[in-house]
Amino acid sequence: MSPTLNAPPLPATSPAEKLTLAVVAGGLLALLLALADADPGRQQTWFYLALGLISGGTLAWSWLKFGKHPAGMQHNNLWWRASTGRGAVAWVTGLVLTGFYVVLYWYSGDDGHGHFGPLNNLVHALDGFSQWLRARPADQWFLYGTFYTLAVLLMGTRALWKYRHSRYQLIRTASVMFFQLGFAFLIPGLLLFFQQPEFYFTYFWPLKYDYLFPGTVNSLVQNGGLGVFMVFWGGVMSLLATPVLTYFYGKRWYCSWVCGCGGLAETAGDPYRHLADKSRAAWRWEVRIIYPILVIILVITGLLWVHFATGSTLLGEAGNVAAKWYGFAIGAVFSGVIGVGFYPIMGSRVWCRFGCPMAAYLGLLQKHFSRFRISTNGGQCISCGNCSNVCEMGIDVKQYAQRGEPIIRASCVGCGMCSTACPRGVLNLENGPREGRYQGSQLIHADSLRIL
Amino acid sequence: MHLVIIGNGITGVSCALTVRRLRPEARITLVSSESAHHYSRTALMYVYMGHLRPQDIKPYEDWFWKENHLELVHATATALNTSKKLIALANGTTLAYDQLLLATGSESKRHGWPGQDLAGVQGLYHLPDLEAMTRDTHGISRGVVVGGGLIGVELAEMLHSRGIEPTVLVRDAHYWASVLPPEEANLVDRQFEENRVPVRYRTELREILGDAQGRVRAVVTTAGEEIPCQWVGLAIGVSPNLTLAKTSEIDTDRGILVDEYLRTNVPNVYAAGDCAQHRQPAAGEVAIEQLWYTGRMQGEAVAHTICGQPTPYRRGVWFNSAKFFNLEYQTYGQAPASPIAGLESFYWEHPSGRAALRVYFRAEAPHAVVGFNALGLRLRHDVCEHWIRQQAPVATVMSHLGAANFDPEFFPQHEKAMVTAFNQQFPQQPVALKQRKGLFSLIKK
Repeated sequence: MSPTLNAPPLPATSPAEKLTLAVVAGGLLALLLALADADPGRQQTWFYLALGLISGGTLAWSWLKFGKHPAGMQHNNLWWRASTGRGAVAWVTGLVLTGFYVVLYWYSGDDGHGHFGPLNNLVHALDGFSQWLRARPADQWFLYGTFYTLAVLLMGTRALWKYRHSRYQLIRTASVMFFQLGFAFLIPGLLLFFQQPEFYFTYFWPLKYDYLFPGTVNSLVQNGGLGVFMVFWGGVMSLLATPVLTYFYGKRWYCSWVCGCGGLAETAGDPYRHLADKSRAAWRWEVRIIYPILVIILVITGLLWVHFATGSTLLGEAGNVAAKWYGFAIGAVFSGVIGVGFYPIMGSRVWCRFGCPMAAYLGLLQKHFSRFRISTNGGQCISCGNCSNVCEMGIDVKQYAQRGEPIIRASCVGCGMCSTACPRGVLNLENGPREGRYQGSQLIHADSLRIL
Repeated sequence: MHLVIIGNGITGVSCALTVRRLRPEARITLVSSESAHHYSRTALMYVYMGHLRPQDIKPYEDWFWKENHLELVHATATALNTSKKLIALANGTTLAYDQLLLATGSESKRHGWPGQDLAGVQGLYHLPDLEAMTRDTHGISRGVVVGGGLIGVELAEMLHSRGIEPTVLVRDAHYWASVLPPEEANLVDRQFEENRVPVRYRTELREILGDAQGRVRAVVTTAGEEIPCQWVGLAIGVSPNLTLAKTSEIDTDRGILVDEYLRTNVPNVYAAGDCAQHRQPAAGEVAIEQLWYTGRMQGEAVAHTICGQPTPYRRGVWFNSAKFFNLEYQTYGQAPASPIAGLESFYWEHPSGRAALRVYFRAEAPHAVVGFNALGLRLRHDVCEHWIRQQAPVATVMSHLGAANFDPEFFPQHEKAMVTAFNQQFPQQPVALKQRKGLFSLIKK
């Protein structure tokens, strides 16, 4: 099937919308000026002007674009736009994001004299705020955390306006905004303020792989009471709370409600969710990559503990070297550069889908030890494909819906967008008894042909 | 056995998949003039609106056909010789069959209006229509949609998505009057209003006016109004596509005539879906059904008969669904648009005008429930079907409404308000809500 459908002229953008977009562009320009200006005072002025313009412009644009229209799915011209349909704007955005991550990870370290490479001006512009929050000067990671949190909050507000017809989406979006701001930004900062270890209570091993490494555990324990609690918290969340919560709610309790990576994907990544590849070939790559990564981090963690328990004699430095390479290849290149840099081309969940060992672990639990499933409503599916389109994890949801089968997939993060987008009310996220969890509808004769 | 299926729509494909399941060794060939692969006709609007790409509306990936040994022929079947069991294709080849299913679908209806053949006048049924609409609405500012049914509102929504102002002409006093009671139609009308789509009720098309180039420039309504526009969508229904059937001795009327097993008058030739006309439709059913769901069910039924397990087509408890701009609609069972003897209905509407429920039940005790209309609410198909089949009394249904609630988590639950309204409308049958949705239903049990 190859109908000749030429890209139509898009509806005119209203002058008010153009103005807000111009304000955002002005903010980006101010950011460049902050980078270029030699005067520290003016750097700071440019920097905060930039944040103000970008924030104000984004909020005003979101309201005009989504808040002013009747509540409902607003996906008109999604695939036609250059920004969301892999057009020129998307490629430029992807290049800029990728470039930012490369500079951040490998060219912005402290050179020993408080100089942070090309991002130096931006880092120092945050010194005042960092002193106030963390009682220490800013570094490149504080700059990154600030940008990250701001992106989740601003684009989260956009998502709140866009999906305001669905209470599930409202509450879930508010949840990721809350956890990012509180648990991934303010609390770690305050811990530093009180001279405690910087600790993220919402990141767990194996995603935050070093939290169960002997080195981290030792240094936390040596820190005393709070450090011991942190070790306890990390262990309990990884090994006890994760299986229990996943049993009751599926992996969504973490991936699309709490996790920072998920938080960015659900907010800043929302315009790109449909770009996830739905093909069987993509699913095969997913399985080939994500489970080996889980195995690798299990082995590395094991090696490190053996190394530690045997008094560093048995295996030499193998564990440490492996951990270092893992940190580079998976922690930096995969989760950062590819994970976020490729948003506009491959969708918002590249890391979560292909790389995250926590997602692999949660996925195995969800598939085999959970009450969660997405129910399909009898025979009402019309195979329109809107559910598959909005699935950021690249699940071809309609394959299940059109057979009347419940969707039970390891990768499903439970964002609920398939249910929100379905024009016929066919899909529903449900937690229920495990008996009959795979039971399809009696109202469609399943064709029993393989779909994966 | 070589089964040849003419048409790769939902009916033909459902039959092919079912035969593949029942007869793993059968040779199955699907012939389509329209597209190389099966696609979802109901999703054409989403491609136009840019929600989806053309490849996204294929229900199965391309490998699926080869791996399941389903042969696809992308060509027009031009002639049928049932005595030799041969089909001639437009590409010059012929296909021999043992069993033949005609699932040739529909064509858009035209009414014989003056000007209906002008450029920029069309229906919306298949891919060529989508291509034409994409071409002919490129850069225009106004369109007119004729018809107050499902395709009418779809066309209006499609134009609206591109900033083209549609005007909708509806023959009846309210929207989809043959199916929706006035209250429900009123909620749909609110959607038109909210999206600033003007609708002219009790208004029909009289004439389409063209310009010097033979393109549409305006329509004239039966009210005498001239509405300037550059495109006209005709959405007054479809009629069976009989082109191929008429090249043979197969009996046709408005559609291809079939018995309850979907057999035509010629042995080994069957017809199903939009193109089939039942010789003796069951009581309360129509002879020609033109729905995605009935197409799928007919395809499944005829597959059993083809495989030597004669299975009469039974529609079962009726269901249908649609979406009008942002308002979802589901219906189950018998849900007539206007009051009929022996049936009563309970109607509840949320003050926002974005949600409503109607429950139809028999006037005589024990007031068995026969049907539902839901707008802006999602109902559980299997629960509604079960109630209707079991002839559950309306009091039972009302007190267990929570069991049928299929709305997503955290959505407002209206069962309490519905039961209160029911008790006001039918004080002689007092009802207490016993089952709510989710956790509450566990506590209350």
